[in-house]
Amino acid sequence: MADELMLFAGTRKGAWFLSADKDRRTWSVSEPMFLGHVIHHVVLDPRDRQTLLVASRTGHLGPTVFRSQDLGRTWTEATRPPAFTEGDRLERSVRGVFWLSPGHADEVGSWYAGGSPQGLFRSEDAGDTWTPVDGWNDHPMWETWAEWPEEGTPDGSMLHSVIVDPRDPSHLYIGLSGGGVFESVDGGTDWKPLNHGSVATFLPDPEPEFGHDPHCIRLHPLQPDRLYQQNHCGIYRMERPDGRWVRIGDNMPRDVGDIGFPIELHPRDPDTAWVFPMDGTDVWPRTSPEGKPAVYVTRDAGESWTRHDAGLPELAWFTVKRQAMTVDAFDPVGVYFGTTSGEVWASDDEGASWQAVAQHLPEIYSVECGQPG
Amino acid sequence: MHVRIPTPLRSYTDQRSTVEGTGATIAELLADLDRRFPGIRFRMVDEQGRLRQHMKVFVNDESVRDLSRAVAAADEITIMQALSGGSR
Repeated sequence: MADELMLFAGTRKGAWFLSADKDRRTWSVSEPMFLGHVIHHVVLDPRDRQTLLVASRTGHLGPTVFRSQDLGRTWTEATRPPAFTEGDRLERSVRGVFWLSPGHADEVGSWYAGGSPQGLFRSEDAGDTWTPVDGWNDHPMWETWAEWPEEGTPDGSMLHSVIVDPRDPSHLYIGLSGGGVFESVDGGTDWKPLNHGSVATFLPDPEPEFGHDPHCIRLHPLQPDRLYQQNHCGIYRMERPDGRWVRIGDNMPRDVGDIGFPIELHPRDPDTAWVFPMDGTDVWPRTSPEGKPAVYVTRDAGESWTRHDAGLPELAWFTVKRQAMTVDAFDPVGVYFGTTSGEVWASDDEGASWQAVAQHLPEIYSVECGQPG
Repeated sequence: MHVRIPTPLRSYTDQRSTVEGTGATIAELLADLDRRFPGIRFRMVDEQGRLRQHMKVFVNDESVRDLSRAVAAADEITIMQALSGGSR
């Protein structure tokens, strides 16, 4: 295992990299990269531990992907960024690349990108050229599933949580905000909703086939039949091949609730997951309930939850977005999150205690972890 | 013809604020620029050939959104970012 540990923070106004050695106590923060650019996601390829992709746009300029092979010292832009087909019958264009996922371990150089609006794109050359996944983008149900033309949240709709089954590169999951969870078993040619058991309290039928708002979906790599989901309407777990979501958030304290954006899994223990609850009452402030930030962890697959707030502010009013929480592969596991108030918080004891390792950054959209090779 | 490049796009033009371009229309001019400065066009024009919402192209003093607009060698082309609020 490499000694160096890095966090890649994408923000409203650029990217910053944080570095620590394996004691994880001392962190250094890089100079800004892409200062002023909207950076939705920065992801290090876990297969080569060298290729770094950045999803970027600016307020004015169109969306693109930048690539680095030297941890950000030099960058090259994708020759063909993610885009819908020219002459698309719905005249869709990508407004932003929201999500980046490395492809299957056996498909070296493959990546997926999720967009706004909710397009899915694939690269087979380490992010240099991207092509639309026609089976999704041109699916006969796409307009219905993706609620086209966009009528969703004020920040627009997005496709996120692109998950590749580690046992089978043709088995894919995606999340639509809004729209729900969808699954393909044929490499993206056909798709089916996978929302049974999860609720959508904002719709007339609270248990529709689709139309839900999953915020973040995770599959456990060592137990790939297990999915977790932090949804707009609660925390869920699903055991395949059964296709029903079970609301494990019902076991959260009632006064905290089970609304949030991110959910992160322990890399070696499929029963352990972390969430960051937020206030989903009234007009949905999305700050911590009662302004008291805390991480909650389950060690029993959601049967019970434990609050962790040691070191966190007693009172604060930030939000942790869906891509802004991550874990490392060390033992004990390090847990990290970034805030809309521009702080990165780190725990080297699986969430039990916390320290701020970066402050005064712009609004943080994403924090990903990596160990460069 | 002369083409003035705004600061956000000068990473594509080796930081030059003015470049030369050719074409009988704005679309042809942007295609010409993209051949010499790869990637610059997609930042301004989406995959359906529409000028992005917050980008502006002037032919002399005239704001143009129709990329089929004819241009002549003597025209001065200015690419600009629209002023679109300051809340972010």
